[in-house]
Amino acid sequence: MNSFFERRYIIAGIFITIFIILLARLFYIQIIDDRYELYASKNVLRHNIIFPERGSILDRNGKTLVQNVPFYDIMVTPNQVKPFDTVEFCHLLGIDKPEFYRRWAKAMKYSPSLPSGFEKQIPAQTFASIRERLSEFPGFSPVTRYLRTYPDSVAAHFLGYIGEVTDRDIKRYGGYYQPGDYIGVTGVEKSYEAVLRGQRGVQNLMVDSRNKPKGHYANGLYDTAAVAGQRLTSSLDITIQKFGEQLMQNKVGSIVAIEPSTGEILCYVSSPTYDPNLMVGRERGNNAAKMYADVYNPFFIRPIQAKYPPGSSFKPLSALIALQEGIITPQDTYFCPGYYKAGNRRIPCNNGEAHGLVNLSSAVAESCNGYFSMVFQRILDHNGTRQTEATFANWRANVNKFGLGSKLGLDMPGESRGNVPTPLHYDNVYKHGGWHSSTIISLAIGQGELEATPLQMANLECTIANHGYYYKPHLIKAIGAENVIKKEYTQRNYVGIDSTYFEPVINGMQAVVDRGTGIRSKIPGIVMCGKTGTAQNPHGEANSVFVAFAPRDNPKIAIAVVVENSGEGAHWAAPIASFIVEKYLRGSVSSRESGITPEYFENANKLPDLSYKIKERTADSLRKVKRDSLLKHQNLKSASGNGKKDTANKYLAVQVKNKEDE
Amino acid sequence: MNNQRSFFFNVDWVTVFIYLVLCTIGWFNIHAAVFDPRHPSIIDFSTNYGKQFLFIIISIVIGIVILLLESRFITALSPAFYGITILLLILVLVVGRNVGGNRAWISLGGGFRLQPAEFAKFTACLLLARYLSGTNVRVSDLRSFFIAAAIIGLPMLLILLQPDVGSTLVFYSLIFVLYREGLSPYFLIISALFIVLFLTSILFSPLYVIATISILALLIILLFRRNRRLAVTVITGLAICVVFVFSVKFIYNDVLQPHQKVRISLVLGITSDLKGKGYNVNQSKIAIGSGKLWGKGYLHGTQTQYSFVPAQSTDFIFCTVGEEWGFAGSVVVIGLFLFLVLRIIFIAERQRSPFSRIYGYGVASIIFFHVFINIATTIGLAPVIGIPLPFISYGGSSLLSFTLLLFVLLKLDSNRMGIV
Repeated sequence: MNSFFERRYIIAGIFITIFIILLARLFYIQIIDDRYELYASKNVLRHNIIFPERGSILDRNGKTLVQNVPFYDIMVTPNQVKPFDTVEFCHLLGIDKPEFYRRWAKAMKYSPSLPSGFEKQIPAQTFASIRERLSEFPGFSPVTRYLRTYPDSVAAHFLGYIGEVTDRDIKRYGGYYQPGDYIGVTGVEKSYEAVLRGQRGVQNLMVDSRNKPKGHYANGLYDTAAVAGQRLTSSLDITIQKFGEQLMQNKVGSIVAIEPSTGEILCYVSSPTYDPNLMVGRERGNNAAKMYADVYNPFFIRPIQAKYPPGSSFKPLSALIALQEGIITPQDTYFCPGYYKAGNRRIPCNNGEAHGLVNLSSAVAESCNGYFSMVFQRILDHNGTRQTEATFANWRANVNKFGLGSKLGLDMPGESRGNVPTPLHYDNVYKHGGWHSSTIISLAIGQGELEATPLQMANLECTIANHGYYYKPHLIKAIGAENVIKKEYTQRNYVGIDSTYFEPVINGMQAVVDRGTGIRSKIPGIVMCGKTGTAQNPHGEANSVFVAFAPRDNPKIAIAVVVENSGEGAHWAAPIASFIVEKYLRGSVSSRESGITPEYFENANKLPDLSYKIKERTADSLRKVKRDSLLKHQNLKSASGNGKKDTANKYLAVQVKNKEDE
Repeated sequence: MNNQRSFFFNVDWVTVFIYLVLCTIGWFNIHAAVFDPRHPSIIDFSTNYGKQFLFIIISIVIGIVILLLESRFITALSPAFYGITILLLILVLVVGRNVGGNRAWISLGGGFRLQPAEFAKFTACLLLARYLSGTNVRVSDLRSFFIAAAIIGLPMLLILLQPDVGSTLVFYSLIFVLYREGLSPYFLIISALFIVLFLTSILFSPLYVIATISILALLIILLFRRNRRLAVTVITGLAICVVFVFSVKFIYNDVLQPHQKVRISLVLGITSDLKGKGYNVNQSKIAIGSGKLWGKGYLHGTQTQYSFVPAQSTDFIFCTVGEEWGFAGSVVVIGLFLFLVLRIIFIAERQRSPFSRIYGYGVASIIFFHVFINIATTIGLAPVIGIPLPFISYGGSSLLSFTLLLFVLLKLDSNRMGIV
């Protein structure tokens, strides 16, 4: 044996130690450290999102209000891009080079390895020529997206529009949305977003180190298919909707018509309106900016957001409450001298001409201010003047039951409450105990602080038509292919008035049209019950209001029409309402004894003079321009030429036309 | 030859068994690493796994031939073998094919090619054993030491000219052989010390490194106050270390080639370039790390199947083991290698002839070094120097040279009772 025999142990020891170090390191990266598993799946997995088609929206007769049109986004994944002819590529997309580099930088900033939008919303026709050449530019890939198109360009306020999600949306919906996704911003697109958007599908694809697709992960076990959004059937009748929009053009106001037996809204006109197609496509931003600048505010949803004093159209409600409270009977008479004195206030009636002896029905028919002021005072004072506050609170509660002063819960965002003043409000204005029935007498004739939205007015007519109850008004009749109806829309909401009290009021309302203030709007062969209203407007001419339902027996339609700043209800709102009612019930408009024609109303321009507002805005925008130009000088770099761009709308128009030709 | 029964009885079948197991593991992992769905069969000769099967068969045949040879023949021809490989190493510098920056391959036609450096390890081992087993040769003698160092150094120099740093460094592992045969342990300690100093000097300012080692040296001197000789040695050593530390920056910046510098800085974590230079090791770590305990299963490693790790069938074959067979597979493979090198040491120590013993240590050292550096590279513990994993990596030259290395030892071992 040689002398260095024991060194074998040292050598073996070194070998063992080093192999243990290797094993320890392996133990750490394979068992303890979880990151590598994540990195490996990041390497190989690509989650390909399949965008579902958004649900379509039909009118009550199955006519399409909204369709989807495929558009193409060109996505870029910077680290897959190989050197290419940028001039050629810019030419293909119709952009200039600085624009190309700006977008490239943006894409790089977002992520070099994830796809992001490079060119958005390319119409199918333009895309056809691009598609052929796109394969020459690796790293650029097309994605199909669906945008909305509106074949009839109607009901913009009902339909609303969709837009790219904002950061706030992304946060609010807890990660469902990703930048670039679309979401309903207003209207039905917003309120039924969850139903319309459908379900995104995900393909878990595997790629190799060269990004070549290698099939589905786990043979597609974890893939999900995209589920198209559900179809919505709206309650709107596109014929009268269109007709209503025509009648209201060049006027400010709204029309709301409801089917009393269901609460389905038949007509939902807000004027001025806009073509919903303007809110789609590449010119969307410019169009929206123009409309925001419009003094008549086309984005304002007047049926549910505008509040008007209901004026005389409120009188039937006053009468019903009084009857229910037992304050009056239909037979009670009242002598109207042409005015009404409440305390030291003098309420003019009928331009000072005496109505003479009136009862409930004739007071409604002739819109007698005196009669209803009397009724109102008797309601408030029947327990003595000290109890005014309590009786007023009670009166208010009764009014609330009709859906005034609170949201009706329409299936649309942005509904207003209207206003029914509270006792507290008057305490604040007049101090506690400092106000009496005479102080607030203007409520009796639907003036003063009282405000209702056109939807609330129409709903009130439904209640009268139904003799004491209403269905929650709604714009979406049924959801999905199975036509699911929400349960809340099949429940009657009673307003606490016995059905027997309605007849005398309805008699009065029939007389309004048959021989009263609304006689010009009488429809031959159809018994319409209505009430005109002329709500004073501090800004100019009074608002013309008309509410009605028809036919008297088995009513099919209840309607409220408001034409702002146009004068008396009988002159503008009532004829328009009568045309809508007749068109709905009969399909056409017959010639009237009074000689009024729809054409006259369509062509009339009753836009209020808002030139003072325009001046204000111009001054504002001048200041803004100044500020903007200062800003522009500061970051000149960010200014970019937009180059030529087809508007998506032009294309849409062509497509729709083509469809019609077929 | 004259006694077949005792011949087969004397072959160390345990080692042969481990050899066959490792070759099989290699074959299957190469199959997984370069799996081609169009040629799924593991013995399809148009693929690398098919070729590897062929290499294994050839290697086994050659192994058997070696076992049938006369031991004396091997011993006697050691200088000739050595001479031939030296000639081949010179030849490869002239006619060699440049693959991946190295002039390391001689084309044999038919798609096969030879890597002389692989065989140089074997022949250097043989000649070293032959020389050191000679009478009056002691490693502790300066003359003997220099001759031994020259035997190792000549092929190193020629391989370095290719330049194949990995294979060059492999020869350094023969320091274990010299140590076993009586080389001062200082060589091992100093080698380790220089590696540590080299790395720390790159990582930290040289002044800090010098301060630290000076304090350590002072402590040693104070601890062994009585021992004057030790004090002198330590001070001399310290002086050498100081010079070395200052030369590190120079070596690192001016002697090393840029790609070597990058590889070192990547391992030390000075730089991180996951998309470029560090891609290979990073993907290798991802592959191994994502294998977890039991692995993703044969042919189911995503990193492996979708070729995220370059050179996966050769230098990075261990990724396949780590990914598809998990930590369990890693333990088995490393366990087998550890068992193999310890078994070889055991075999070496039972030899009566110094030649066989020295040769045995050479085999153990070379296999150990390959396994250590190769696996350490795949998990980011060592810079990439590109040496194969014995018996497992794809490649005929590598498999053949390791087979020669091992089976010559087995042949010598089977004759251990005789005097060579």
